[in-house]
Amino acid sequence: MRYSAYSIIKQALSGNRLWKPAWREPEPKSHYDVIIVGGGGHGLSTAYYLAKEFGITNIAVLEKGYIGSGNVGRNTTIIRSNYLLEGNIPFYEFSLKLWEGLEQDFNYNAMVSQRGVMMLAHSDGQRDAYARRGNAMRMHGVDAELLDRKQLQALMPYLNYDHARFPILAGLLQKRGGTVRHDAVAWGYARGADMHGVDIIQHCEVNAIRRDEQGRVTGVDTNKGFIGCNKLALATAGHSSETARMAGLELPIETHVLQAFVSEGIKPAIDHVIVYGAGHFYISQSDKGGLVFGADIDYYSSYAQRGNLATVEHTMEEGVSLIPGLSRAKVLRSWGGVMDMSMDGSPIIDRTPIDNLYLNAGWCYGGFKATPASGFCFAHLIAKNESHHVSRFLRLDRFERGHMIDEAGKGPQPNIH
Amino acid sequence: MASLITCPHCGTRPKEEFSIRGTALSRPHPTASEEDWHAYVYLRENPKGRYQEYWHHAGGCRRFLIVDRDNVTHDVFSVVDAAAIGRLSE
Repeated sequence: MRYSAYSIIKQALSGNRLWKPAWREPEPKSHYDVIIVGGGGHGLSTAYYLAKEFGITNIAVLEKGYIGSGNVGRNTTIIRSNYLLEGNIPFYEFSLKLWEGLEQDFNYNAMVSQRGVMMLAHSDGQRDAYARRGNAMRMHGVDAELLDRKQLQALMPYLNYDHARFPILAGLLQKRGGTVRHDAVAWGYARGADMHGVDIIQHCEVNAIRRDEQGRVTGVDTNKGFIGCNKLALATAGHSSETARMAGLELPIETHVLQAFVSEGIKPAIDHVIVYGAGHFYISQSDKGGLVFGADIDYYSSYAQRGNLATVEHTMEEGVSLIPGLSRAKVLRSWGGVMDMSMDGSPIIDRTPIDNLYLNAGWCYGGFKATPASGFCFAHLIAKNESHHVSRFLRLDRFERGHMIDEAGKGPQPNIH
Repeated sequence: MASLITCPHCGTRPKEEFSIRGTALSRPHPTASEEDWHAYVYLRENPKGRYQEYWHHAGGCRRFLIVDRDNVTHDVFSVVDAAAIGRLSE
């Protein structure tokens, strides 16, 4: 059923009794052309684009929990493409362009809101670095504007401009950046994939990856029995090392927990997404009125979806130092999600040394904004066995070849990327 | 929640006093192969469960410690000076 104004009126007149579930709940078949492990945003968008753009529809998405239970529903919903490096800008810009047309494409209201992403600079050096970044973006055809203090004060009068240590000097604005309702992204892709015939199998945990004598992947053992496949695609960020280990692979990834927070609902106050350059604090206001914000990971390896109080305190300190008025708002909820922190802070979309096994991993803090492009490029790779041109740098072997994509210049230290 | 770490030199101290280096691997011999060095610098076993990590007591004795803990339950099993382990293995 396509959603439209007409369908809403029709359902309203019939007492909303004729709505159908957005996707089926099939039992797994014995064999699929492609099995995607992980029913998060990336796994679902991969299935959607495989079916819609690349004509492969005999697909299963295996999710050990339920759709929307993982990181796709645990992030701070920010989309942007304000990157610096060659390997990143075209990829994230492709993603932003897909966001811009997504709702029409998959016929679902994801509340894509291009309210602008502002990165603040607090020193002359940082302003220069942002000017460089803005120039790199514009060279790639991406919108970027460097605003001075006066322009910022007109846009965001509530910021702490005269902080003794971290005064606000300038801001790099990407107007096309913004936020998206993350649950709707999961549901929209799940529904879109299902409409193209993809089987979404929830509460189906993969316990082992089976391979033949030549080492090729032939299927997976799950709590619903063995399911065979021609190609196996892993999209299990947070647990990528655990799933890759089933195929005997060791990855350049360490798992860490990142916390996020939401305040009580308040009247519209913060119009943009704001990123604090002196720390690592980012905030926006949801359409419901809650302030959604977060900061750094907890720094120690963790697979637990809950964080440490010291990090909570650190996040609040950063927030209040940037926006003093925040001290008056009450925090309603906080939660944690586990991320693949890669060795250079950039993701991996690549084939693996094992035949028929494909890997989508290493998304660090940045997986949500990449959801459409990650799925599209992964689908391209699975269908054609070669990388999409915007994801060709995101290789698994870039570490041994010396072609790291280290946006922050921090070296092989995953917890500080 | 790994909030308190018992430093063998300073006693029980809050987590904020420490900075975390990452998984406690032993450095390969300088003449080891490129594959060994690549594995040491970039590849991680990254297990879910029991885990040994280098923690630097930056706000205390400034010693490198090895914290043995569970990265799901956040239980801490032991904290030892990294040099003590190094000397044992020599």
